[in-house]
Amino acid sequence: MKLRTALLAASAAMAMLAGGVQAKTLVYCSEGSPEGFDPAPYTAGTTFDASARTIYSRLVEFAPGSTSIQPGLADSWTISPDGLEYTFKLHPGVKFQTTDYFTPTRTMNADDVIFSFDRQGNAKNPFNQYVPGVSYEYFTSMGLDKTIKSIEKGDDRTVKFTLSAPNAPFLADLGMDFASIVSKEYADKLMADGKAADFNNQPIGTGPFTFVAYQKDAVIRYKANPDYFGAKPKIDDLVFAITTDAAVRAQKLRAGECQVMPYPAPADIESLKSDPNLTVMEQAGLNVAYLAYNTLQKPFDDVRVRKALNMAIDKKAIIDAVFQGTGVVAKNPIPPTMWSYNDAVPEDTYDPEAAKKILADAGVKDLHMKIWAMPVQRPYMPNARRTAELMQADLAKVGVTAEIVSYEWGEYLKKSTAMDRDGAVILGWTGDNGDPDNFMNVLLSCQSAGEGGSNRAHWCNKDFSDLLSKAAETSDVAERTKLYEQAQVIFHDQAPWLAIDHSTVFMPMSKKVSGYVMNPLGTHAFDKVDIAE
Amino acid sequence: MIKFILGRLAYLIPTFIGITIVAFGFVRILPGDPVLLMAGERGMTPEHYQDMMQRLGFDRPIWAQYLEYLWKLLHGDFGNSIVTKQPVLSDFLALFPATLELAICAIVIAMLVGVPVGVLAALKRGSWFDQVTMTVALIGYSMPIFWWGLLLIILFSGVLGWTPVSGRISLLYYFPAPTGFMLIDSLLSGQKGAFSSAASHLVLPSIVLATIPLAVIARQTRSAMLEVLGEDYVRTARAKGLSPGRVVGVHALRNAMIPVITTIGLQVGVLMAGAILTESIFSWPGIGKWMVDSISRRDYPVVQSGLLLIAGIVMIVNLVVDLLYGLINPRIRHR
Repeated sequence: MKLRTALLAASAAMAMLAGGVQAKTLVYCSEGSPEGFDPAPYTAGTTFDASARTIYSRLVEFAPGSTSIQPGLADSWTISPDGLEYTFKLHPGVKFQTTDYFTPTRTMNADDVIFSFDRQGNAKNPFNQYVPGVSYEYFTSMGLDKTIKSIEKGDDRTVKFTLSAPNAPFLADLGMDFASIVSKEYADKLMADGKAADFNNQPIGTGPFTFVAYQKDAVIRYKANPDYFGAKPKIDDLVFAITTDAAVRAQKLRAGECQVMPYPAPADIESLKSDPNLTVMEQAGLNVAYLAYNTLQKPFDDVRVRKALNMAIDKKAIIDAVFQGTGVVAKNPIPPTMWSYNDAVPEDTYDPEAAKKILADAGVKDLHMKIWAMPVQRPYMPNARRTAELMQADLAKVGVTAEIVSYEWGEYLKKSTAMDRDGAVILGWTGDNGDPDNFMNVLLSCQSAGEGGSNRAHWCNKDFSDLLSKAAETSDVAERTKLYEQAQVIFHDQAPWLAIDHSTVFMPMSKKVSGYVMNPLGTHAFDKVDIAE
Repeated sequence: MIKFILGRLAYLIPTFIGITIVAFGFVRILPGDPVLLMAGERGMTPEHYQDMMQRLGFDRPIWAQYLEYLWKLLHGDFGNSIVTKQPVLSDFLALFPATLELAICAIVIAMLVGVPVGVLAALKRGSWFDQVTMTVALIGYSMPIFWWGLLLIILFSGVLGWTPVSGRISLLYYFPAPTGFMLIDSLLSGQKGAFSSAASHLVLPSIVLATIPLAVIARQTRSAMLEVLGEDYVRTARAKGLSPGRVVGVHALRNAMIPVITTIGLQVGVLMAGAILTESIFSWPGIGKWMVDSISRRDYPVVQSGLLLIAGIVMIVNLVVDLLYGLINPRIRHR
């Protein structure tokens, strides 16, 4: 089957060459292999770049270079005054891709939209378990299993989502990769042929690029989708050359074997910037790294102690030493590029003397504590161990003895949610949908505190949580902004974390490439990109 | 001879069972599990965690999981990846030719260079050639492969521009791959320049992967040669007035090759281990890289069946070496 795909595609490529048309090809040195080509079961950005951002499109999209929402497959939508009903009007005549393995007989309609969500949320949908054991992590973790009460078809071009409670971030959730619209006709055909598992290997979508072939762990090939309903891609062929090592990616870029690469090693950035054939784009990442105290444990239940520790740590020194300048000091739990960021919140001042005094006033003497340093590199934290060492040295200056502990990554994630956790934990977050709710509610609300939850400070402040709930229930952005700004003030006063940094994301590319726009959500899209001959 | 082969085959059965236990146990002893890694920073409620473990069948007692695994293995079912959902065997078969092609090139380089160097070093024992080559071999043996690979890329691809950086063939070439061996497929494709592109992509990774086996083979050949050259029958051959070439080529080398062949057989394991690093550096889509990815994702079915398949291949190669050994050295097969 794979062979047949490859043969057909090869003959198509030959035909194109024979026709004398010079195809424009962009090679992207991607950082890893996709887990599959159906975006719904996965959570990794690498997988979404190869599937959702190329092959598929969604009801709404994030505007290029921003986290604001714009029409996608839906031309327009209305929200009922009570915030419970979202009605979408679909773009007419959108065609699913035609490939050698599928030819659509109808255009995209409301059935496809309903199917795309129902298969994830409804265990009785025949396609829910199209491969045994498949689960829809993002759908569940964004709470859509509880948020969506029903989805109904009005006519072929009208779909109505009814929610169980008002939920303003819902619209942004629909722009996320897992919410990509898939073809019901294709799924039904595969089911009938007994080849449902192919849904994950031979994708069909409505996006700017059509899947051609995937050679496992090596190359993914796409061609521009001639039937794309949006602005046609400027390149003819898109190739992902899977190159896991960051230093090797940089070498390939320099050698011209690819034209764009993500995630350069911090040590390579200067030399890439000085290469006359390359440009290095950069953007503040939509992320935060933090040190979460366990606010259930003594003496960290005392806000004075937390604030004193925050004053004892020199964040600027961490940014300089660990990030080599590729990050900015954080003061709020959301990054400065996100709407509702409250810049009026004062910086944490570095003042060891004052810290010492506050600790003494709080009756804390000879404090021994643990700092948890994660064992892996993450976009928001290149070296947690080194960060912990710097913190340890700073704390020693105020008479606090810190011990650094670490565990294997999976264990670390699990143990760090324990309510009786001993120590403060270094961790971070990268935004999913650009909504402040996706940071503050996920990481700091009462709802996510507790065993297994992602509120690692186990901090439950009713005023703070109430503000978030209120903000989630109103769809007026100005009103929401005010509420989130207030929440950030409470966060600062109560100091459940030491907010460490927001890291910068770099994107080196050949000077021949034009039109590339960095996406704050960290995904990589090539539909607007052109390449000079 | 048949008795000898059957005896060797009988050894395989307990070894095979041992490997299934090790492969199954190894990945489960590692801390962390696939569900935790899938959830990442966002975490998971204990109920959802239990549900996921149950869906994947990891909530049952470990012996029950093992027995089911063994039962499926006996029916030729190597399981499916819990991440990609693909059958492990089909992924293995798709990726293995890339590793095999690289390993064959590496071992051929290691033998073609290692054996003559070892013989010459032995014949010229104590000369500068002997000393220099054996020192270089010692360095090669101790070479950190990852560093060595990057160094070669920076020098030959970056500075000199002689070889491509990574991958199996230039992405401009696109043709069906009926055998999975890029050298053969590129020839079959009939596309101009495809074969030389594939060959040039093989140069650096083969050299990197060949480095340690080459050093081992050169040193082993030298010491085996030295031992044989001191034997009575070599002295007799010389006393008979045979030409030095005949003495070395026929009498000494043939006997010296016996331990060398064992060494080469043992290098298959080293090659598999080296392939993991080499493939990671050179973005070579083989089983080494596949295994590394699967271990870091705790993809239990892939790790346990992948290890088993790799171990199976090492076992078969060692069996073949044992048989060859018997062919070269009749004393073994008659014992």
